[in-house]
Amino acid sequence: MLEETNVKTIDKVVVRFAGDSGDGMQLAGNIFSNISAEIGDEISTFPDYPAEIRAPQGSLSGVSGYQVSVGRGVHTPGDEADVLVAMNPAALKTNLRYLKRDGVVVCDVDSFTPANLKKAEYKTNDPIKELDIDSKRVLLVPMTTLLKNTLADSGLDQKAIMKSKNMLALGIICWLFDRPVDNVLRKLKNKFAKKPAVYEANAKVLQAGWDYGHNTHSSLPVYRIDTAESRPGTYTDVTGNTATAWGLILASEKSHRPLFLGSYPITPATDILHELAKRKDLGVKAVQMEDEIAGICSAIGASYAGHLAVTSTSGPGLALKSEALGLAVMAELPLVAIDVQRGGPSTGLPTKTEQTDLMQALYGRNGESPLCVLAAVSPTDCFHMAFEAARIAMEYMTPVILLTDAYIANGSSAWRIPEPDDYPEIHPHILPADRLEAGWKPYDRDENKVRYWALPGTEGAMHRVGGLEKDNITSIISTDGANHELMVKTRREKIARIADSVPCVEPMLDADADTILLGWGGTYGHLLTAATQLNEEGNRVAFWQFRYINPLPKNTLEVLGKYKRIIVAELNTGMFADYLQMHLPGKEILRINKIEGQPFLVKEIVDGVKKLMEE
Amino acid sequence: MENIENKTYTAGDYKNSQNARWCPGCGDHAILNVLHKAMAELGVPPHMTAVISGIGCSSRLPYYMNTYGMHTIHGRAAAIATGVKTANPALTVWQISGDGDGLAIGGNHFIHAVRRNVNINMLILNNKIYGLTKGQYSPTSDRGTISKSSPYGTVEDPFIPAELCFGARGNFFARSFDMALDTTREVMVAAARHQGASVVEIMQNCVIFNDGIHNYFADKEKRADHTILLRHGEKMLFGKNKEKGLVQDGFGLKAVTIGEDGYTLDDVLVHDAHARENFLQQQLAMMDGHELPLALGVIRDYSAPVYDQEVERQTNEIKEKKGFSSLRDMILKTHETWEIN
Repeated sequence: MLEETNVKTIDKVVVRFAGDSGDGMQLAGNIFSNISAEIGDEISTFPDYPAEIRAPQGSLSGVSGYQVSVGRGVHTPGDEADVLVAMNPAALKTNLRYLKRDGVVVCDVDSFTPANLKKAEYKTNDPIKELDIDSKRVLLVPMTTLLKNTLADSGLDQKAIMKSKNMLALGIICWLFDRPVDNVLRKLKNKFAKKPAVYEANAKVLQAGWDYGHNTHSSLPVYRIDTAESRPGTYTDVTGNTATAWGLILASEKSHRPLFLGSYPITPATDILHELAKRKDLGVKAVQMEDEIAGICSAIGASYAGHLAVTSTSGPGLALKSEALGLAVMAELPLVAIDVQRGGPSTGLPTKTEQTDLMQALYGRNGESPLCVLAAVSPTDCFHMAFEAARIAMEYMTPVILLTDAYIANGSSAWRIPEPDDYPEIHPHILPADRLEAGWKPYDRDENKVRYWALPGTEGAMHRVGGLEKDNITSIISTDGANHELMVKTRREKIARIADSVPCVEPMLDADADTILLGWGGTYGHLLTAATQLNEEGNRVAFWQFRYINPLPKNTLEVLGKYKRIIVAELNTGMFADYLQMHLPGKEILRINKIEGQPFLVKEIVDGVKKLMEE
Repeated sequence: MENIENKTYTAGDYKNSQNARWCPGCGDHAILNVLHKAMAELGVPPHMTAVISGIGCSSRLPYYMNTYGMHTIHGRAAAIATGVKTANPALTVWQISGDGDGLAIGGNHFIHAVRRNVNINMLILNNKIYGLTKGQYSPTSDRGTISKSSPYGTVEDPFIPAELCFGARGNFFARSFDMALDTTREVMVAAARHQGASVVEIMQNCVIFNDGIHNYFADKEKRADHTILLRHGEKMLFGKNKEKGLVQDGFGLKAVTIGEDGYTLDDVLVHDAHARENFLQQQLAMMDGHELPLALGVIRDYSAPVYDQEVERQTNEIKEKKGFSSLRDMILKTHETWEIN
């Protein structure tokens, strides 16, 4: 799959502010581009004024716009916007044409009044529906209400209050794009140096907008990860979270096991729950439980009862699920746990991306508790790896942790809808009738050390599983030392053998180079782009992105052993590098790390690799 | 269902060859035997039965069953049982927890399983002590309880499981104690027949760490006067010769002797376990065996929508209504798509 995809990550974003010419859109756009420039972005802006200085309020002709492109490699204000901020129905209508097909809209839902809708010549009272905008791509903010509440005690009159609506919008945009409010405040202070009351009001409103985004955990799929896939077929757009949900559904179809999700809301993983809750139309049972622990425990119950069972969460939730994961390891039940990683530790940075749950996934349980750990590399790969996680879980009777992250989970991409035969059948390790008749015992295993899934309802296969160590055949409680050691080694061996069914490492780009750049999970797009650029500039670099973390692909050590220089780039302080180091004791592993809650910039990797190559 | 009609089962069909390893004299032995009998009476085949427990002495119970079973982790039995039942509502699911497992570490799952009204039979074996960890007070230990972790007596009030059940809007609550074999069997059967979450509190004696804790009513001499067995539609009578009864006294209840103080049999209340309004049922459940007798039997048994059945119904309805044949079909029919040739 890696070889077939040419991912190009766009490090820039185009925002278009649109409103009445009196709404102060120019100012909002201007400040946004300036503070972006201050933090090192390249910027390009395009003010789009109406002819009239003050056209009739709310009318189509009175709309004013300001488009700004910020980020890396910005040479133009952008042909089309990724985000449209529309302050009223007229602005929405006139500016929608500048929005990308998969762009997102932030608008003031309070402005959808009958009078405004009439002035903007709408036929219905639902502009979103009337303009055929995908509701998933709209952030409806009650801006006017928030504004009035914020300035209720300010002593300002209605008209003066409404003047700072642009700062509310700007506050939300600052939240969404991680721009510091302080920098805006400095600009406002200069601008309103002689009007402290106006400054105070604007500052309060700006903060209210930022708080709104923060408190509602607003996020938009603005990270566009274009996949230049050439295969003919039917395409649609997916986010990583939706793709994850769909991959599980396909696994359910291919395994003929019904799908069960036990979950609990947590940013940034909740959209998986949302999507699977909708998919009752495909027979999915998605239940929202009372906490993270109940989420995984209900899934373990469903797994015992014979379902493809899944729990979805983020880092803090995975921590809560640790003990239950151990139960699934011990009972050898299939289970998929999805961790959409976010900044940590503790509550950390809930909406930001990081790769800091790797060690938790690998080792965050009591006792010798090995399980399979996978990572998806892009929004569309979430589909593939969710399918893989389910396949491995059911074929090897083990819990599998699939690591994605906020960046690829919220990021969207064009995706080729698989044809019915693109994916193989999954063969859940269900107890065959002849084996049952031949005198089956609960811990009987096949040649891969995998025990059988004996489903409740099967006559004659009644058995008990649980967290206590069991006799290696009968599953009767056993505290025998030799038996325990045998079971520990058997559980480990079973996970190791999964390597037989996963693809090998095949270095990309200049495979014969001395240097190999490695990554894992959601940094794929940036790393591939960087590695490609390095080669173009004459620096010979091979590249590989790991998706199978535990077990590692069978040829990992053999392949990596050939390189003089191994560089691991990851969004943590070096967890995967440490993990590889354990497997490659004699080898120095060089590192490029970033822990800012943000994806890599291509430039950071290019510069980092160059520096390490010079040393 | 065929099996239920065509085949009858004996208690032995639900029992496996393992010897129960509880302490000699532990109340759990009796409860286990009664459960085997109740299951036989219900006639649900062993392969359609799953027994899910948490951690603690009583939670070892699934190992002594010839049914499907899972001995899980501390406090989580209700959540795991919810998953089993929601995934496969055709199974009869029992949850076994002690007072520590079910009401301390598992308190959250307990109230939510009850609130959701998952069709599981939740047996809370209440000995008011942590036995497996060798004698610490539990969330049902009375104020002042002296234990290894409260050498000077507890300074906190206990949960009353019934109150918690009612507070979580429970629709079935029954109570028995380990020595009352018939009553225990009767309430287990009623719990299993009730559609929805059924909470059964079984007062159980820990012979090692809390011996005699229930003696004030469980003692043979005191039992008749200190307990009352409630049955739906029957008069609330107790005492050795059923000479006492419960009557309304203002907003409260009063125990009276028939023929004394002007009370006749007509004054004695009739138990209505099926009433939607649970005020009187709660009052009955809260009687503690001192001024008023401890209520045994089925105290509340009210029918309400059942979670696992509702999940199944809603899923099937929506699936049928939308009529998608596959994931691909759903995407093609509901999402914007384009072709690349």
